[in-house]
Amino acid sequence: MANFETPELQETVEIPALKKGVMSHSRPFVSKEQFQAPLGFPGELADDWKDVAIAKLGELLKTNRALQVFMDSCVKCGACTDKCHYFLGTSDPRNMPVARQDLLRGVYRRYYTLPGKYFPKLVGATDLTEEVMDQWYSYFHQCSECRRCSVYCPYGIDTAEITMATRDIMNAVGKGQKYSNEIIGKVFKIGNNLGLPQPALEDTLLGLEEDVKDETGIDVRFPLDEKGAEVLVVTPSADFFAEPHIDGLIGYAKVFHAAGISWTLSSHASEAANFGLFIGSNENMKKIAMRIREAALDLGVKRIIFGECGHAWRVAYSYLNTLAGPFDFLDPRYPVPQHICEFTHDLIQRGVITLDKSRNDHRRVTFHDSCNVARASRMGDMPGGQFVIPREVIKAACNHFYDMAPETIGEATFCCGGGGGLLTDDLMELRVKGALPRMSALKQVVEEHEVTHMAAICAICKSQFSKVLPYYGFQMDQIISVHQLVSDAIVLDAQQ
Amino acid sequence: MPIEAGGKTYETDEEGYLADLNDWNPDLATAMAKADGADLDENHWEVINFLREYYEEYQIAPAVRVLTKAIGKKLGPEKGNSKYLYELFPYGPAKQACKYAGLPKPTGCV
Repeated sequence: MANFETPELQETVEIPALKKGVMSHSRPFVSKEQFQAPLGFPGELADDWKDVAIAKLGELLKTNRALQVFMDSCVKCGACTDKCHYFLGTSDPRNMPVARQDLLRGVYRRYYTLPGKYFPKLVGATDLTEEVMDQWYSYFHQCSECRRCSVYCPYGIDTAEITMATRDIMNAVGKGQKYSNEIIGKVFKIGNNLGLPQPALEDTLLGLEEDVKDETGIDVRFPLDEKGAEVLVVTPSADFFAEPHIDGLIGYAKVFHAAGISWTLSSHASEAANFGLFIGSNENMKKIAMRIREAALDLGVKRIIFGECGHAWRVAYSYLNTLAGPFDFLDPRYPVPQHICEFTHDLIQRGVITLDKSRNDHRRVTFHDSCNVARASRMGDMPGGQFVIPREVIKAACNHFYDMAPETIGEATFCCGGGGGLLTDDLMELRVKGALPRMSALKQVVEEHEVTHMAAICAICKSQFSKVLPYYGFQMDQIISVHQLVSDAIVLDAQQ
Repeated sequence: MPIEAGGKTYETDEEGYLADLNDWNPDLATAMAKADGADLDENHWEVINFLREYYEEYQIAPAVRVLTKAIGKKLGPEKGNSKYLYELFPYGPAKQACKYAGLPKPTGCV
């Protein structure tokens, strides 16, 4: 299946012996012109690519003050070096966040600092060459933009911003990544990452209505494009397609049913994900986000709720208003937007819905904090709500909950290994190795507390885990949606 | 990397998915499976044929749940689950079976 070795699981996080350049071969497929054009990027390197790249870097330094500060402020203290899951899993010193950042920083110094222009060798400044660009392409696709390293950086340098900027520069010269760019093109053309057209979506949702009816005897609806619904739900298209995601979608539908709140999905905004974030392209991020505004206006909804998707929640919580606002046409009594966990949690608190925990007694559950939710957003009206609320929902739905080790959860959470536009088969070695810290933490709770399932609220995490769990001796179905637990525990007949 | 079947050569993408859906024929599916070290039996063909029919109607591969339900109806409830499909297509029914059926690879967070 694969020509690499799966790392051994560890008791605690161990700093590996360095293996220089061991991951320099890892790089995703390069995007072709057909996938570049819809995003407004050139299809291949032009003769003047170096000038374009340097000019683009200059433009980003001007428009993104943070990037300028991050380029200048690193003091090489080393605090970040052992914080990256890709470094821990691959042993490649270039995956120490500072070393990866320096691939861009060296070029920045050469062209945008005085000492770098005159004494490049003295200040670690490097010419931009094709070889440097190849290193960019390889190693900036070995960062999932998870921002764990930033938590430990005394200067708050955000590696994700540097990765995004470098990917933006590469796209500007025609060296994009196939996986992310093909997907963004599908969002523009069809409405979602999968390329799921409206009739297929409708058919899938009707099928789910049948399934729930067969299973519970109750008519739970999965409405699509219903004008006048109270709530628009924007969720990753993986929720319509993949396992275990679809069980989470069934959970949302049951919650709306039990609460008696009308809702709808939209075929125009049939995707929560916004891969514009991953490639650092503000223009594309904005264009993708606008679909949500258009759908909300068109359907006349009063509230917008996001389903279980990590980076979508970052974009929604942190940028939606700037990208696609103002949302003054929505009901001001509710936050714009709301997270589905926040919504369900509130209903549980107020006793609007009832959960029978014992229905999940065959499960012993832990929770994987998804990086973009944990470190780039919040949930509810209290600091740390993004950690508390999903756990409270889980605890309300099952009797046996056990957290993983504290240095691997909350704001210190480890990435699943497939975030940031890296969830593609051409990066399988990286994905498996990058999952090592999370898999080790999982093994610990499996051994100590006989945990059977890990719940998550991110489509990427769920797909990544169902793929990599078997590499580490687990079963692929040990990863589940938080709302699958809700789905199995919710008492539907109480409202009948 | 082009693939040969029945004396003809067909274009594929980097991962071996057929470039032009209209090029597909059963020999191609057999050749693709052989390249992966697999032989296709009638159970595989049930899945491949269903995928092609669904794609023709909806221009997308079916959700895993839709596929398992359809297979369960055709071949019996004991086969209507993803475990059975993974036994048939160990690289994942959505991806491996789509490839043999000549469909494009499902993209996104799947």
